Amino acid sequence: MNTAAMPGGDRPILARSPLARLPDRALKYGLTILAALILALIVYFFVRLVGQARPAFAHAGVFGFTFNNDWNVSGEKFGALPLVVGTLITSGLALLIGVPIAVATALYANELCPLRLRAALTVLVELLAAVPSVVYGLWGIFFLAPKLQPVEQWFANRLSFIPFIGGDSVTIPNYFVAGLILAIMILPIVSAISREVMATVPADHKEAALGLGATRWEMIRTAVLPYCRAGIVGGAMLGLGRAIGETIAVTIVIGDAPGLGKHLFGQGYSLAAVIANEFGEAQGLHRSALFAAGLVLFVLTLLVNGVARVLVSRASHPSKTPSAPQAAVGPGQVAGAVAGA
Amino acid sequence: MSAPTPMSGQFARFAVSPARRRKDKLARAAITACTVIALIPLGLVVYYLLSKGLGSWSWSFLSTDPTGNTFFKASSIGGIKSAILGTVEIVALASAIAIPIGIGVAVWLVEYGRASGFAKVVRFFVDVLTGVPSIVFGLFIYIVLIVGTGSSYAGYKGSFALALLMLPVVIRSAEVILLLIPDALRESALALGAPRWRVIFSIVLPTALPGMVTGVLLAIARAAGETAPLLFTAAATDKTNLNLGQFMNSLPVQIYKDVTSPTTAVVNRAWGAALTLVAMILLLNLIARLISRRSRLA
Repeated sequence: MNTAAMPGGDRPILARSPLARLPDRALKYGLTILAALILALIVYFFVRLVGQARPAFAHAGVFGFTFNNDWNVSGEKFGALPLVVGTLITSGLALLIGVPIAVATALYANELCPLRLRAALTVLVELLAAVPSVVYGLWGIFFLAPKLQPVEQWFANRLSFIPFIGGDSVTIPNYFVAGLILAIMILPIVSAISREVMATVPADHKEAALGLGATRWEMIRTAVLPYCRAGIVGGAMLGLGRAIGETIAVTIVIGDAPGLGKHLFGQGYSLAAVIANEFGEAQGLHRSALFAAGLVLFVLTLLVNGVARVLVSRASHPSKTPSAPQAAVGPGQVAGAVAGA
Repeated sequence: MSAPTPMSGQFARFAVSPARRRKDKLARAAITACTVIALIPLGLVVYYLLSKGLGSWSWSFLSTDPTGNTFFKASSIGGIKSAILGTVEIVALASAIAIPIGIGVAVWLVEYGRASGFAKVVRFFVDVLTGVPSIVFGLFIYIVLIVGTGSSYAGYKGSFALALLMLPVVIRSAEVILLLIPDALRESALALGAPRWRVIFSIVLPTALPGMVTGVLLAIARAAGETAPLLFTAAATDKTNLNLGQFMNSLPVQIYKDVTSPTTAVVNRAWGAALTLVAMILLLNLIARLISRRSRLA
């Protein structure tokens, strides 16, 4: 005999009434809709951006717009090659300078640093990310660029036989200063991700290397670096994505000259800088060309970040959860997650 | 035979050769040097901010609006009151939009979506949002809220652009914290007969709160320093304006405008404004770190 009879009718005694289930359903579907809205919003923005950029693409063709070397506002000519090249040169420089230093910082914090200093060092490197872009620009143009100019001139004179280093006169705002500022700006994120990936190296591997008589450096070279290679490359790619999209600091220190710079220490332009600098006064086709530049920038960062995410998530946990590279979380990792965001 | 040194005799073959030892020393020195180099810019930026910025700080600097006249003597250019108030207001509205939505999406991802296909798609799009350059957010909002409505710049439009920028940061950091909450906690509440929504509101969210505050504060700090999304959404103006429906000044935009000025006094105002902005952001960072240290979860 079933003692847990059904006093309230034909539903099981432990089940909730339909009314009591209402808030549950509302929450579940409400939150699902919220998540779906984000997707819809991004797709909608993308479609609208393409719509705004269409006149410029129609004018010169997508290929022509991106690769024509002629950005001439008064002549209504919009070929974005000088901008694309400026973006690539500055962010390439940022990687070249920033990544080795960032990886070294991570190695120092994880492998060489006295334990007491590690937390302080991490905080200091993360503080670099707290300085706003416009402040880096201000510091770059009034301090870094003028101080560097004589040094750059020296290099330009000595190395003028190398193409693109040039023997020309060095301007205060130039590609190199922009790349250097970008290197400083991507340092925290590359360093944070490298540190996270290095923390996943099994202690066994390191101890095995040391046990076989390896020196510290040999241990780093044979046990740590090979294990983290993909993760470090992914972190560098995320930094590259950052550098490509960085706007204000670059706008201030690159010189905003619409031609293709003749050498590394000459003035140039970048995709993001052209939007920040010209959008306010732009009309008609010019405005559409700036939207198109934004679209090129968007697609470029999308590609770079896509590759980076795959590399980082593969490196930090080969077989575990599907979520972001932050599944294993310890103190300070929120900051890492945010820096990585 | 003289007294054996530690590495002589039968153990000599285990000794690290001088060449290897030199290489090890060299590599360690290089790594240490790079770390020092990494910290130099931070020191220089802080030093210049303090030495140039403190000079322009004064009560009238913080309590007067910038005037338009930049070609006269230093005392007539005004301060940064409208910029400070504008930044506070724009960022406050951006937070009011981004924080509830961001936490809502994070709760959905952890409590409902989990590893489903749709959740993977949502995570992918959040990652996409993370990578979008900040100036492109400005373009998005410009297209939708300015071209789309045929109206002009306004403070709240800047808030929307900053909210888009904050959203992925809030979602990601909240998700990390929510994943840390032990399932046993949820299961015990469910076993006691609590419905799902009560588990979320009475157990999950309160437990996660301190950890989530950290991520939220860092997102706010990030948004407060952004210039690019505000340039053609909130624009710039001199007068203090508390109405989010109109043009609104902000610290980053004010600095950006002042950087290009040929007048030394205006550039000095940029340094003062930069010091103010960095001080505000560092304060938020500091609070975030203190809270995260006290929280048991993160």
